[in-house]
Amino acid sequence: MNVLEVRELTIALPRHADRAQAASRVSFSVGRGEIVCLVGESGSGKSVIAQGVMGLLPKGLPVTGGTVLLQGEDITRASQQRLRELRATRMSMVFQEPMTALNPVMSCGAQLDEVLREHTRLSPAARRRKILDIVGEVRLPDPERMIASYPHQLSGGQRQRVMIAMALVLEPALLIADEPTTALDVTTQAQILKLMQDLQARHGTGVLFITHDFGVVAEIAHRVAVLRLGELVELGAKEEVLKRPRHDYTRMLIGSVPTLKPHARPADGAAAVVLATRGLSKTYRHRGWFSAHREVLAAVDVNLEVRKGQTLGIVGESGSGKSTVARCIVRLIEPSSGEVLLDGEDIAAMPARRLQLLRRRVQIVFQDPYRSLNPRRTVLQAIIEGPRNYGMDRAAAVQRARKLMELVRMDPESLNRYPHQFSGGQRQRICIARALAMEPELLVADEAVSALDVSVQAQVLALFEEIRERLSLAMLFITHDLRVAAQVCDHVAVMSQGRVVEYGPAAQVFGTPRHEYTRALFEAAPGRDFAFGAA
Amino acid sequence: MDTQALSVESANIARRESAWQRLQQHWSVRIGGAVLILLVLAALCAPWLGTVDPTLFDAASRDLRPGQSGEITTLDGELIKHQFLMGSDSFGRDIYSRVVYGTRVSLLVGIATAVLALAFGIVFGLSSGYLRWLDGPLMRVMDGLMAIPAILLAITLVAMWRASLVTVVVAIAITEVPRVTRLVRSLVLSIREEPYVEAAVSLGTSTLRIMFGHILPNCIAPLIVQGTYICASAILVEAILSFLGVGLPPDIPTWGNIMSEGRVQFMAYPHNLFFPGVFLAVTVLAVNILGDGLRDTLDPKMARRL
Repeated sequence: MNVLEVRELTIALPRHADRAQAASRVSFSVGRGEIVCLVGESGSGKSVIAQGVMGLLPKGLPVTGGTVLLQGEDITRASQQRLRELRATRMSMVFQEPMTALNPVMSCGAQLDEVLREHTRLSPAARRRKILDIVGEVRLPDPERMIASYPHQLSGGQRQRVMIAMALVLEPALLIADEPTTALDVTTQAQILKLMQDLQARHGTGVLFITHDFGVVAEIAHRVAVLRLGELVELGAKEEVLKRPRHDYTRMLIGSVPTLKPHARPADGAAAVVLATRGLSKTYRHRGWFSAHREVLAAVDVNLEVRKGQTLGIVGESGSGKSTVARCIVRLIEPSSGEVLLDGEDIAAMPARRLQLLRRRVQIVFQDPYRSLNPRRTVLQAIIEGPRNYGMDRAAAVQRARKLMELVRMDPESLNRYPHQFSGGQRQRICIARALAMEPELLVADEAVSALDVSVQAQVLALFEEIRERLSLAMLFITHDLRVAAQVCDHVAVMSQGRVVEYGPAAQVFGTPRHEYTRALFEAAPGRDFAFGAA
Repeated sequence: MDTQALSVESANIARRESAWQRLQQHWSVRIGGAVLILLVLAALCAPWLGTVDPTLFDAASRDLRPGQSGEITTLDGELIKHQFLMGSDSFGRDIYSRVVYGTRVSLLVGIATAVLALAFGIVFGLSSGYLRWLDGPLMRVMDGLMAIPAILLAITLVAMWRASLVTVVVAIAITEVPRVTRLVRSLVLSIREEPYVEAAVSLGTSTLRIMFGHILPNCIAPLIVQGTYICASAILVEAILSFLGVGLPPDIPTWGNIMSEGRVQFMAYPHNLFFPGVFLAVTVLAVNILGDGLRDTLDPKMARRL
């Protein structure tokens, strides 16, 4: 018997939603010891289905048809009482963000103990033994110390291990993992994926793994279910779906995943250097009255060069200092030492008044398209703000805004709308138009495609490429995603703990990485054995 | 995380109805708003609501019970018959007229104080939140102001100046400014980290334009809500000051003054206190209910915080 059997599941959306159903007639199953990946872009309904299986759907999203059978028992008709019994004992869930899923005022051990106290009649001593066992099993170092720790004292990866321990401590038949590695760095992600695979194989747990990342799918799945706007478009074995996708949508998705092979565009070594940093460093000092001095070296001795018409990528994990470097270059923060040379002129310590004249020449596009535009200002106001600041008259600025909207493939007629009326990808296009309105020489993209769905990401990346080519812009591309870096960068700098550990032409860094950290990053890249994008 | 993402999603779905539509559907807004509109109309139309000049008195009509009829002499020396709906006080003044005219004072004090406190609070809060060098000094001054009990501070300030509508409003506003400053500052501290503010910096927008053009518009919703609470509290404080005899001069009919004068013979003629008291309570309640409704619809995050 299958662990989970979802038949024709239909979940309604509230009245004003963009479609009638969050999930419509979705059917799939998860067998014992099987990992089924539910893949889809944002809004595809994959998380809603997971909540439906757990019986955690909010009131506004009722199940209107179909059944969810957990080991033969219909969840959709189970009482709240019964659902509570089933959770943790027969099915459990791991969430995306372990920091918010764990209670910050309880130690990890106490939270694990709570699960056991609620669902078993074990003695305190037996519970403690079981907790130490499971904490050891998820390979957390020093279990005694771990269970006495509070969530904020652990790293993201350790927190996710605690979540997994909590989910598996009662050996449920079904584990639902909702984007469990999305918030983690790529090397941590590789470890967590490995851990989940090991545990699930050892215990024979059926896993419903929800993700948007085809790399992760390639890494972990046995079978794959592809969702689109609440409908299941393709279901099959991993090899089948990834290598021979039948549905157009699946083909498009897989085709949008960038390859890890760097592009073969030759870089002109004679092009003018637009921006260079010399010994750029940023140190954060925390000086409290009563606490000890603390120093964080966010960036140390960074030397980079960006040339006209070329793209430099800075790759690194969170906390590597890549965003600090970007913000120093745009002078959103002041570097502690070193030079930032814009066309040979040092702007690192330039006083605000003189800097004001140069700001125009370096523009930035941020990661989060939902927060990069002021919700109270129209698109037009956003785009003409910069040119107006530099004295362009309104009519000319509006004219330019219309041209730029066309350049970023948006309808110039929508200039008078507000940001909330656009999707994430469209907003990112607007942000690009806003930056281009200043006619910059250097465009800094700080994780500018990281928050976007893979198909949208492909379009925005193509737009960046087109702009770079047409305007022969210099670009600085900050990303944690090696695939994205491979696709757009001419040169790549790999950063770790504030330092550039490897720097060279993309082909060289990707082809023959010399530093061990770079190699570890490539090792960890999920699905590196699959040739995406080529499809 | 994903339940959160989902609630955000459904919040977005709900947001498609305009804020104005949601406001109209909210019961607190409807009730509070309706009562306030009635009060405002009463204040505006006071002369046509069967009132007489609230300062007129007639020794013949002293201490009438509610509903009794009596006579009153106008300033021209004309004697008119008048029904005292809410009775009369020990000078023979019509309490109903005084209460209705008192509405003018109370609403005026409430609204003027809210506007004044918000205006100064916005300027101080924006400066202290965005210009870090000003933060320390400015906030210590605000802390100092907050350390003095609000009523005491208001009494002192009114006592220092000559009691008038303006001084009372200013005195109450000063006690409210630190609270608004703190609210604005905390909002600014989070909004200034938003990428759209950084984007404005890199677009070369001036600091003043960033503060008032980018940050302030995103603080408006919580400020409107805070404004209603200030309004309610100012109406109460004004009544308290008048009741204590340190507020507006006794010749101006305010609810506090009416109650203050009626206090001595409360046991014999409770209507002297009862009617202005009811009006005061209903007004403050209506403003607060409206504020709650505004908070729920305009600022769901704040609803969870409070």
